[in-house]
Amino acid sequence: MSERVVAAAEEGQVVELRRSGRRPRAVANGVRAAAILVALVVLAVFPLVFSNPAVTTIAFFTLVFMTSTTAWNGFAGYSGYIPLGHAVFFGTGAYTLAIVAQDLHMPGGYGVFWLVPLAGAAALVVAIPFGLIALRTRRHTFVVITIAIFFIFQLLSFNLGITQGSSGIQTPTPPWFGGAFNIPFYYVGAVILVLSIAVSWFIRRSRFGLQTLAIRDDEDRARGLGVQVGRVKLVGYVISAIPVGMVGALYAYFIGQIFPQSAFDPLFDITIALMAFLGGLGTVSGPLLGALVLEPLQQYFTVSDPSYYLIAYGALFLIVILALPRGVVPTVGAWIGNRRARRAAPSPAAAGEASGGAPGGTRYAATVRSGE
Amino acid sequence: MASSILKAVIDGVLTGGVYALMAAGLTLIFGVMDIINIAQGVLVVLAAYLSYVLSTQLGIDLFVGLLITVPTLFVVGVVVEWAFIRRLAGRERTAMSILVTYAVAIIIEGLLIRQFSTDYVQLNAWYVDRSFRLLGLYLPYIYVFGFALAAALLAALYMVLYRTRFGRSVRAAMQDRSAARLVGVNVERVATLTFGLGVAVTAAGGMVFGATNAFNPNSGYDLISRLLTIVILGGMGSIGGALGAAVFMLTLEDVVSVVWSPTWSTLVFFAALVIVLSVKPTGLFGRAAARAQ
Repeated sequence: MSERVVAAAEEGQVVELRRSGRRPRAVANGVRAAAILVALVVLAVFPLVFSNPAVTTIAFFTLVFMTSTTAWNGFAGYSGYIPLGHAVFFGTGAYTLAIVAQDLHMPGGYGVFWLVPLAGAAALVVAIPFGLIALRTRRHTFVVITIAIFFIFQLLSFNLGITQGSSGIQTPTPPWFGGAFNIPFYYVGAVILVLSIAVSWFIRRSRFGLQTLAIRDDEDRARGLGVQVGRVKLVGYVISAIPVGMVGALYAYFIGQIFPQSAFDPLFDITIALMAFLGGLGTVSGPLLGALVLEPLQQYFTVSDPSYYLIAYGALFLIVILALPRGVVPTVGAWIGNRRARRAAPSPAAAGEASGGAPGGTRYAATVRSGE
Repeated sequence: MASSILKAVIDGVLTGGVYALMAAGLTLIFGVMDIINIAQGVLVVLAAYLSYVLSTQLGIDLFVGLLITVPTLFVVGVVVEWAFIRRLAGRERTAMSILVTYAVAIIIEGLLIRQFSTDYVQLNAWYVDRSFRLLGLYLPYIYVFGFALAAALLAALYMVLYRTRFGRSVRAAMQDRSAARLVGVNVERVATLTFGLGVAVTAAGGMVFGATNAFNPNSGYDLISRLLTIVILGGMGSIGGALGAAVFMLTLEDVVSVVWSPTWSTLVFFAALVIVLSVKPTGLFGRAAARAQ
């Protein structure tokens, strides 16, 4: 769409870089605020309305993946680096909760949830050296080194005494059970999700976020313009690790027992990457949408037959990348933007008169931020 | 102890040759197309399963079976390139290629699980479980045969790249895509054939891998992470570097497993990558700056 703007400018038309259409900004913000309010209410009452445990289980896993994808996108989508090693933080969080709860002989109960922030801190501690090493490289090498570090952690969890190898560790059994078993997990997950979205949204609008986007567009030029690329990348990377560690811990408590292969799962990263790509990499709502669609699908396939799941997942991934390379949200956003722009300016001449713009000029509404 | 270390070194060099063959395919694809083929690992496993079917169902010898599996994998590679990778464009091409080939990998993995389940199998022939004595050490025949096969195919690959017109086009495309196009190289066709070639040499490696290791459809993950480590250490796009890195890493792994413990040898494998890249981000043998890529 920016090419369109440039082309229009080259043709000598007046280009106005502002939000398109006749809807004033205040109204758009009002609509957005209302949508956020509705989403929060739905999030809050969902398990009360759909109290079937099968449904709330799927809802819980969906929250876990919405959080992970949002956090991952907060680094990958904004910086252009594609890390495939965030399962390290998921596993670190899971093992932190399991090991600490075991060593302290914690009884099952709400107290265990206090270990969730601790797991986030553990993910942070792991992410700093991980990021320092991996972020020295770029592009392919970066992707591969994150995969290699992931395998190191998986091997460690299989072989270190503290993780008890392939026999795994049991987490405390919560005292609540029955139909309401999932409810506390759901709400803790919902809180982490809301916090992650807030962080992602805040990054997108901050000076820090702009610096990250500059790195995505051209890292060397960003450095030349005075962005401290090394620090910005590391901070972004570490921030993206924390929520993943927290939901990893929550997952461990929910499942009741963790193993190296479930805590450090090579499919974890490809799953959250697919979710982010499906919805729209680098947008705030895209990854949420992607996880909301894909995670229930994944749960359904896993229950029926894991190998079908692999095939269906791979096929879907190919279709998404080849047909919608920018993801659903940016594609739809651009489509709406174009429609609105076309309606606002049916033909250059008419538009010039109707809008009372510069004589002979066309109003071009460049929907620069249609991505949200 | 000394003799077991010597044996570890010899084993490492021999298996390193086979990994060199598989890594050569990967690095060739990277050099020409600037993409990483994550599916390379599962394609090795696919080739191993093809050899398995041919030898158990039809009684075809493993090495003779290569006459079928190598062309088959060539076709698979050409189809994957034509159907998916060619259609990627733009700034995110590299990242997209990783995701697309990852998707191809999990589809193939799923199909293999449906067909063969996740039980481990191993290829069998008279030379798989027999050894001969050399310098007081027992060497399994398959290691030597596998190394000879890898050496022969690498030599053939070298001949193709440096002695044929097609090879010259490949090298031109590796050096500079747009310049190659300007002088009349059909870069798209070269890319497709290179992808096929890179996957096809892997098929031979897959047979030897399947004869020296028990494998199942999930083995692709372990393989691809090793191959990527080798390719990056060797400097991406450098075939000679991949050979050196493969032999170095496999020897290192075997020696660590003898002097320390087999449990930690795989860890050393990946740790070597992390350590080397922390000191020298371009890899052991890399000339082109990996940072600036």
